Amino acid sequence: MPAPCKTTVAVFKFSSCDGCQLQLLNMEDELLALAGAVEIANFLEARRRVLPGPYDVVLVEGSVSTPHEAELIKKIREEAKILIAIGACATAGGIQALRNRADVDEFARAVYPHPEYLHYLPKATPISDHVKVDLELYGCPVSRAEVLEAITALLQGRKPNLPQHSVCLDCKRNGTVCVMVSKGMLCLGPVTRSGCGALCPSCGRGCYGCFGPQPGADMNTLVPALRALEKDPRETARLLSHVTGFAPAFAQAAESIFAEEKKK
Amino acid sequence: MAELHLNIGTIAALPKAQLDTILSRLREKGYRTVGPRIRDDAVVCGPIAGLADLPQGLTSVENAGQYRIVPSGNKRYFDITPGAQSWKQFFFPPRVSLFTARKNGNWNVEKPSEPAPQIAMIGVRPCDIAAIKIQDMAFMRDDFTDPLYRDRRKNAFLVAVNCLHPGGTCFCDSMGTGPKAGGDFDLALTELDDVFILEIGSEAGKEIVKGMPLQPADASLQQKADQGLAAAREKMGRRMDVRDLPDLILKNLNHPEWEAVAKRCMSCASCTLVCPTCFCWDTQDHTSLDGNETERERVWDSCFNPGFSYQAGGNTRPNTRSRYRQWLSHKLGSWKEQYGVLGCVGCGRCITWCPVKIDITEQVAALRKEARS
Repeated sequence: MPAPCKTTVAVFKFSSCDGCQLQLLNMEDELLALAGAVEIANFLEARRRVLPGPYDVVLVEGSVSTPHEAELIKKIREEAKILIAIGACATAGGIQALRNRADVDEFARAVYPHPEYLHYLPKATPISDHVKVDLELYGCPVSRAEVLEAITALLQGRKPNLPQHSVCLDCKRNGTVCVMVSKGMLCLGPVTRSGCGALCPSCGRGCYGCFGPQPGADMNTLVPALRALEKDPRETARLLSHVTGFAPAFAQAAESIFAEEKKK
Repeated sequence: MAELHLNIGTIAALPKAQLDTILSRLREKGYRTVGPRIRDDAVVCGPIAGLADLPQGLTSVENAGQYRIVPSGNKRYFDITPGAQSWKQFFFPPRVSLFTARKNGNWNVEKPSEPAPQIAMIGVRPCDIAAIKIQDMAFMRDDFTDPLYRDRRKNAFLVAVNCLHPGGTCFCDSMGTGPKAGGDFDLALTELDDVFILEIGSEAGKEIVKGMPLQPADASLQQKADQGLAAAREKMGRRMDVRDLPDLILKNLNHPEWEAVAKRCMSCASCTLVCPTCFCWDTQDHTSLDGNETERERVWDSCFNPGFSYQAGGNTRPNTRSRYRQWLSHKLGSWKEQYGVLGCVGCGRCITWCPVKIDITEQVAALRKEARS
């Protein structure tokens, strides 16, 4: 009897630091089982061999920042049965989306002797701005456990079990003392989607919002609470302008503070 | 001097240094001794080897959304109120494996085999004893008992500490749960400047202190303790009028205050997780890639988690208004019908640890304005 066809998985990189792909390679305990369970058809960071599409599952890391990427993502979408955007860049634009509030041409002129050789888009945008995305896995970097859960669920034909709750719930499950209440630190935990296991507060730091705003993130309540803790409102705006700073909830909250400051 | 005759209900004076003896006797019997420790600028439940590990000379200043540790100006060990953590973590763990199933031809189900830990809890406040009794009703019902909870609960040894220093968000006096423990402990302490007043609450408690140099607590010591407790009732940082509960809540489910509080609540779930009586959980299955192994885990969950009320077809509590109302109308409303008591013990944790300062006592007062009776 011929061996059953394995599910093919391809990994593609857009504008990003490769950190999410590295998380896949960092699955030390599960990587061999994963490589046995699926056919890794295209994953340049892991192997040279590239199989042609179409692919059952495509993982896309990075944001769309160049005209070339804007075309490439459309082709990849055509080759993908299921397209999963992984990480803060692919789901929210990433740190490079900070330029979305600025004049990129000016940056290019300041940095490069010949900016005319650069081909870039005025904004760095998430994958879902360009093509239909079937599933988003958040984080900077993406959570290994969530990637594995998503692939496992797909292989078994069930819905992936992904959290929707805030970071606060994980802090309390971990027994971590709330840094906002006990230290008066700025923290995005109450509105940030869980996924990191509440890493920063467990190290005595406020949450940076790496996994982005949770569904229904209540910025109207958190922002005044943060501003009451820190005299300079720009600190709150800067905290919101991090790797998921282009996610609409965070971007709007930060922009309204910056606009208010500009008027002063 | 004649040895004090020990019985349940016996009250004696215990020299402070003797608490070390109690702790070492408990450890000899196989208990882990756990009590108030300072970690990351707050009181947490941590290992206590002896008096030296206790937060002597410290107290906490609490207000809505605020918690700070400051010197108390005296040398007492138990002047600091508990932090966000409560004892429920030991009976109802935040994460616990229920079983693992493996397929090898047929499915085999294995339950975790390690025995329930034996923990001696040092410094359990009267409000927290009331909370443990409430969780007992939820997890050890006549018709269903959760074996994980029951085994941990039966293995526990409770050393209560009566409260002479209530915190800024405390209101146990309003809820009738403190500041003095009425029972359900093995030993109870009231801390005066130079001595503990010890009360024996169970046979196990009597066994631990047998043969120790206990003196009868004379009338002046008992009077000092009573005065301290009376003063504590006056010093409660918060009060809650409970006379019209649960009807106040249940008859005002469309009160405009629900909408108003929803505008200030982020649905972060902190209040429910620090609440020593909240018992909601989720079960999650973690399956292996090949589908031949799965582990089911139980984790703390919250009615404020959008995923908690998500069902096929949508979310039955789709917004913060419905989630906050669910929490309060259960805790101070339908809880009474379910368990015969209200679900709030007045510990104040939900007020202190709310990052945006929502105060359950203010919410009840706000509902009373323009309330239908």
